[in-house]
Amino acid sequence: MALRDVNLAVEEGEIHAICGENGAGKSTLMKVLSGVYAHGSYEGDIIYKGEERKFATIGDSEHVGIIIIHQELALAPLLSIAENIFLGNETAKHGVIDWTEAYKRAKELLLKVGLKESPSTLVTNLGVGKQQLVEIAKALSKEVQLLILDEPTASLNEADSAALLNLLVGFKSQGLTSILISHKLNELARVADKITVLRDGSTVETINCHAEPISESRIIKSMVGREMTERYPSRSVEIGEELFRIEDWRVRHPIHTGREVVKGVNLHVRRGEVVGIAGLMGAGRTELAMSVFGRAYGRDITGKATLNGRTLDLSTIQKAIDSGLAYVTEDRKTLGLVLIEEIKTNITLANLRGVSKHGVIDDAREASVAQRYRTALRIRTPSIHQRALNLSGGNQQKVVLSKWLFAEPQVLILDEPTRGIDVGAKYEIYGIINDLASQGKGVIVISSEMPELLGVCDRIYVMNEGRFVDEMPAKEASQEKIMASIMRQYGVQA
Amino acid sequence: MTAQTNPTVQNNAVLSEERAEARAQLWKDNLRDYGLLGSLLLIVLFFYVITQDHASVAPVNVTNLVAQNSYVVIMALGMLLVIVSGNIDLSVGSIVGFIGAIAGVAIVYWKLPYPIVIFGCIACGAGIGAAQGVLIAYARMPAFIVTLGGMLIFRGLTGNMLLGQFVGPFPQGFQYFANGFIGDFSDIPAIHNLLPESLQIKWLSLIIGVIGALAMFVAAIRRWRRAKAEAMDAEPLALLLLKNLVFAVIIVGISWDLALYKGLPVILVIIAVLVMFYAFVTTRTVIGRRIYALGGNIMAARLSGVKTERLTFLTFVNMGLLAGVAGLVVAARLNSSTPSAGNSFELDVIAACFIGGVSASGGVGKVMNVVIGALFMGVMNNGMSLIGLGIFWQQVVKGLVLLAAVFVDVYQKNKG
Repeated sequence: MALRDVNLAVEEGEIHAICGENGAGKSTLMKVLSGVYAHGSYEGDIIYKGEERKFATIGDSEHVGIIIIHQELALAPLLSIAENIFLGNETAKHGVIDWTEAYKRAKELLLKVGLKESPSTLVTNLGVGKQQLVEIAKALSKEVQLLILDEPTASLNEADSAALLNLLVGFKSQGLTSILISHKLNELARVADKITVLRDGSTVETINCHAEPISESRIIKSMVGREMTERYPSRSVEIGEELFRIEDWRVRHPIHTGREVVKGVNLHVRRGEVVGIAGLMGAGRTELAMSVFGRAYGRDITGKATLNGRTLDLSTIQKAIDSGLAYVTEDRKTLGLVLIEEIKTNITLANLRGVSKHGVIDDAREASVAQRYRTALRIRTPSIHQRALNLSGGNQQKVVLSKWLFAEPQVLILDEPTRGIDVGAKYEIYGIINDLASQGKGVIVISSEMPELLGVCDRIYVMNEGRFVDEMPAKEASQEKIMASIMRQYGVQA
Repeated sequence: MTAQTNPTVQNNAVLSEERAEARAQLWKDNLRDYGLLGSLLLIVLFFYVITQDHASVAPVNVTNLVAQNSYVVIMALGMLLVIVSGNIDLSVGSIVGFIGAIAGVAIVYWKLPYPIVIFGCIACGAGIGAAQGVLIAYARMPAFIVTLGGMLIFRGLTGNMLLGQFVGPFPQGFQYFANGFIGDFSDIPAIHNLLPESLQIKWLSLIIGVIGALAMFVAAIRRWRRAKAEAMDAEPLALLLLKNLVFAVIIVGISWDLALYKGLPVILVIIAVLVMFYAFVTTRTVIGRRIYALGGNIMAARLSGVKTERLTFLTFVNMGLLAGVAGLVVAARLNSSTPSAGNSFELDVIAACFIGGVSASGGVGKVMNVVIGALFMGVMNNGMSLIGLGIFWQQVVKGLVLLAAVFVDVYQKNKG
């Protein structure tokens, strides 16, 4: 049971934020409200505009103006913006679409959300931020009165996030009511009128943002049920000699072969050191990491990689793993986990040799390995035979981490290791990073959340447009300084 | 707006609730297996009742049933891996015909010794699989298209080689694999004459059947105990025993029937060995595990160091090899190579996989269930022929059964 006792009251014309740890029931609640879970599959009442509603389908809730935008965007990538906006709601007469009308209306809607693209642009050619705006335009086309957004800014950079939130504030002044689910507490504190906190499927409280000053720690306390004084666990830093180095690393785009995505990067990590790579979306950080990890990305890769001074052959992923590298992907669902498989199977996948002899898997050993990581990383699941699919984001991330810890790497590249996971789990992941460093491993963290980099790293590289444009010890770094080195690239004096 | 959900169970800790969910999941997973086994029993029972003099379970019929369906089981083992890895192979029926044609030409026209021909034909099957595998795995052509091409090419080559004629007959030794029986100690005259007439059956077959059933029981209980000892979620003991009892009844029943006729067919031994081998490969080996991971999520598998191209390639080599074996079996059984041998076999094989619960989207499927799926198809084919149902109606019924089986699968999945 994902929900056990929830009371939520949203007033017309407000932005009502909902937050809570992963598995607190936020998404489930929204599915109930929008008719994804039909009336009868839950107990309790939904009262909308003074009337009890019994939604059987999404269509029922959309009919009265409740629109939900899911965390995973539901756009068809190979259709145009206009086609997507009116998908399922076509401007048609007797089944024949009036394209002139459709494009005209699409243009108006795009203007409202601040998009200048032509309605005939294919969605696949838009960035994630703009795709999110298309989703909102689509909601507007359905004459939305209550807009529910499930983590709309999870995959957006700061500029796009800010634009999106400003848009919501703008719509509010025109009378639109929104429910906003987010892990990014600073955003909530900025735009929300009220914040309802969920924990373990129940409402903890509703905070009125106009009645009291809201701070992140105030919300966190309510979410986790205790005061979290430290967002980042402390550690004793003991940095040893140089462990891993790449020199003049160059990578071309796999399809647009003329484009160099990584342009001569030099990087080194010492034993026990946590190195961060900061940068905007599209700076080439993931591309760099994946190309190093056995050429998992890109083509015409050149450059030298050394571990303990020895040159590495990183031509295949297996060789990279054997050399002592691990890459924890930013996209755990599509790149990190076999969702239909058990936790146990996922944990041993990258190091089956460690649980087998002559190609035959030792079941008992495999189970004990999985059990060990489940305990050590505190993966919250009743059994190692649970499918990865059924876990919350934080626990899924711990399974991916377990997989790579079991591969016994010397250098770990963690790509957005805490994306979309809650505060408590984040803290635990930071703890794991610290443990790895104290074991003498080298850790490289890629993150779009600058406070996170400042909190966990010893040294930070700043990457922009395929190059490392700056490098600084974390002690001397600040968000402003990092942004400044990025902007300097564009000739802007920050 | 107000939303309210009232608690039904408030005091239970979240974890114990999740454990209950895990158990429900386990139950659901097993339910599918039980359902499949139950349906097989049902149609066996159905044909037992409906056929004249219970002809469906007559010793001669059961022996025939085994021989008739051997090719489906053999190829379904390869098809399971192909489908689990996220592909399909439409060419296997044509490969059966083509390999049969090679065997016919080589043995009958070229007078080559049959052991060499057997070896060469199996290698040839693997080679065909390798050729298609290269196009699919490395050139990244869709398997559907590559094997559709293969289906046409090898059917055409078969016709060309045989010039539209039957080629045969084959030497005794070659036929032995498909039509022969294992020598039985109760055939030794001294022992044979010792027994009263009512006990003059092929004891070896019965003994092997009983031992096999017992071994299965013991293995199942040992597995269950170990699962319990590790505090893993195990299926309820009663159900496990019931399932194995059903298996045991089937095995002993079949071996009893075989004992009443000519004893243990050679082909059944070959199949049993293959089934055990593939059951082992899929559940216990690194390569098996990787094939499932590849089908479950190719990207995650690749990023975990799995050589996805090579693995895909190998599944097709394996499929080609097994299709080669099936080609030989079919030719030996018919005692001739014919241009139409293996026609539409690919459909039987693929249907057996899907009836056996293999997921069309890859990553899911069990050897034992596929064997049951193949048996299901076999019993249906055989039973419908016995009751004299027209060939066209048989196709309609098979199609409906396939749809029903997959419907149940999909329905269960969506419900959960």
